[in-house]
Amino acid sequence: MMFYRFVVGSLRAIVRGPKLYYLWLLFLVALIAIGAIGYADQLKHGLVRTNMRDQVSWGFYIGNFTFMVGVAAAAVVLVIPAYIYNWKPIKEIVIIGELLAVCAIVTCLLFVMVDIGRPDRFWHIMPFIGNLHIPSSLLAWDSVVLNVYFVLNLTIVTHLLYRAFNKKPYSKRFATPLIILSIPAAVSIHTVTAFLYNGLASRPYWNSAILAPRFIASAFCSGPAIILILLQLLRRYAKLEIKNEALSKIAELMAYAMFVNLFLFGAEIFREYYSSTEHLVYTKYLFSGVDGHRSLVPYAWLSLFLSGGAFLLFLIPSTRRHPVGLNLGAFMIYGGVFIEKGIALVVPGFTPSTLGDIYEYVPSRVELMVTAGIYGIGALLFTLMVKVAVPIMGGHLTIDTGSKRATTAALETPQPVT
Amino acid sequence: MSDSDAKDKPNRRVFLKMLGQAAAVSMLASCSERDREAFFQQHFKELSKADLAKVLERLQAEATEKTISQAHPEGRAASIGVEPAMPGVTFGYALDLSRCVGCRRCVDACVKENNQSRDPQIHWITVLEMEKEGGVDVMHSNAYYVADTVPRKGHFYMPVSCQQCRDAPCVKSCPVGATWQEPDGIVVVDYNYCIGCRCCLASCPYGARHFNWAEPHIPPDEINTNMHYLGNRPRPKGVVEKCTFCIQRVRKGLYPACVEICPTGSRKFGNLLDPDSEVRYVIENKRVFILKEELGTHPKFFYFYGV
Repeated sequence: MMFYRFVVGSLRAIVRGPKLYYLWLLFLVALIAIGAIGYADQLKHGLVRTNMRDQVSWGFYIGNFTFMVGVAAAAVVLVIPAYIYNWKPIKEIVIIGELLAVCAIVTCLLFVMVDIGRPDRFWHIMPFIGNLHIPSSLLAWDSVVLNVYFVLNLTIVTHLLYRAFNKKPYSKRFATPLIILSIPAAVSIHTVTAFLYNGLASRPYWNSAILAPRFIASAFCSGPAIILILLQLLRRYAKLEIKNEALSKIAELMAYAMFVNLFLFGAEIFREYYSSTEHLVYTKYLFSGVDGHRSLVPYAWLSLFLSGGAFLLFLIPSTRRHPVGLNLGAFMIYGGVFIEKGIALVVPGFTPSTLGDIYEYVPSRVELMVTAGIYGIGALLFTLMVKVAVPIMGGHLTIDTGSKRATTAALETPQPVT
Repeated sequence: MSDSDAKDKPNRRVFLKMLGQAAAVSMLASCSERDREAFFQQHFKELSKADLAKVLERLQAEATEKTISQAHPEGRAASIGVEPAMPGVTFGYALDLSRCVGCRRCVDACVKENNQSRDPQIHWITVLEMEKEGGVDVMHSNAYYVADTVPRKGHFYMPVSCQQCRDAPCVKSCPVGATWQEPDGIVVVDYNYCIGCRCCLASCPYGARHFNWAEPHIPPDEINTNMHYLGNRPRPKGVVEKCTFCIQRVRKGLYPACVEICPTGSRKFGNLLDPDSEVRYVIENKRVFILKEELGTHPKFFYFYGV
């Protein structure tokens, strides 16, 4: 009964909103429609509608999957200070971070779903109902850790919000172990995803022990970058109380993460160029092109410029405290890591192929459409969840207001004449 | 206590499996009987005898629809065998680089024997052209040479197909166990269990795995109706396929199609466990090498210089 009220109260919060909110929802629905059109086309004709081929057998979908795993994992960067050190200003932010993690995992699973050739057999790879090839397959492990992380975050955030809705403090005995567990779980989803590439001896570009640490470092940049932008939007439109102190603290953490990311990248680049073995060809393809094939070169340099620039902006206290510097830096980091994970990680691993064939991959129209649709679904889910979470966190949506409104609404509703 | 626990576990697993499948049933209520059976089809190795018979009946009917149609009524019915591995047999392959002229007849014979898609084209064998001066250098090879003037001056040729690794990275990486090594050493794919994630394409160091990016097309009168479940039966779109040493032939004591067609006699095949086999002779009397030995895949496909 109590939970029923929670659901009803949540639904009511979702339905009501200002004009801008509806416009935003409309925009997301339009994105999803575009994605649905693209996916219908792909389902009918097969993955031939993408530009992936045997030589470059993973592309934009798996790149985006990898990027979003990073975003999902980054919720942890906020959980640690909030709960372990009981650092107040970030505490509300954690709920937003966890909601983001839940939505990010949903987009991850969708990116895998659209990438596989037989989505009707997706159940083969789901824990319990499928036939997971564990321990040897990393994708099977990824399915396990992603699902665990999803359930974990959904449970925590539902518990926190449900308790707040009932005007009760959250249960420490229940939530704290789960919150602590979510930290290694976040590390595990990104590590296992890195191992997916890292473990392939056939692809020297990925077969480097530094890949998993690089993944984590870049995730600790891009995830908080999204949160930084979201928090400012929520502060403006949802009147969520967020202190500037918290924002610049997050930016500072991002500067350290970006330093580690750039350092690891530099270590990789040194090894490749100084030893200059046959394996240099993949890095060369990315940064200068091979035999006139240069389609990734501008993206590679843009990514490096964005990441490096943002690092400087966030390193200097005066620019990271300034709203312009803060937002510019967040967008630059987001863009830099998006290119790094979405394109510069996956495609050069396949170019040239294991038999020396160079196939230049760029995403097709259908791939872009489907990707837009998936981000639409993720953003819609996030919007609706935040729409419920914010008034609960602010104490505006509780069991009392929920039921009071319910009774008045019932009174106002004209009774059908029989 | 522990007894009941042990009993509990599989039950719970079965229950959850059933739960998931029950959810899917409701979704599939509107589908045809055949689609529903295909959806729930279990892994090849988990099929009971009765289930396998049912599956084969369904797949044969589907395959026959591709060979016999109104436009092509004189076609033959497809037969899909499940001949198991013979005891005491591990198949191996040897290829003579000094004889191969790069004519690509093997590619053509393989396509026809194994019902590879003609549109879009899928080739299980890739013939690489290399410069004599560079030696065996896969990364600087050319797979797109024009074959009517071979052998071209200053070049030699190296056909590459599945190396049938003893420690196959593709088998390791498959998340659902849809590909495995048979007792006779052939790495096979269950096309009805593969989810099309292409982990195996990423992990294979030899470019031996091929994905059906679109619905495969073969003219009805060109379909080879002697099929094997784990080999050359028609593949659906969205799954992975690969060389199986012509499993439908070699398990009946025939040579693979590529061995039979090769005009230069470059290709040798046989049982690695039989001291009198051709492949054993090559290993004993010629010096062989394997491709990308540093990756520890331990191929059962050997290259040698016969002359």
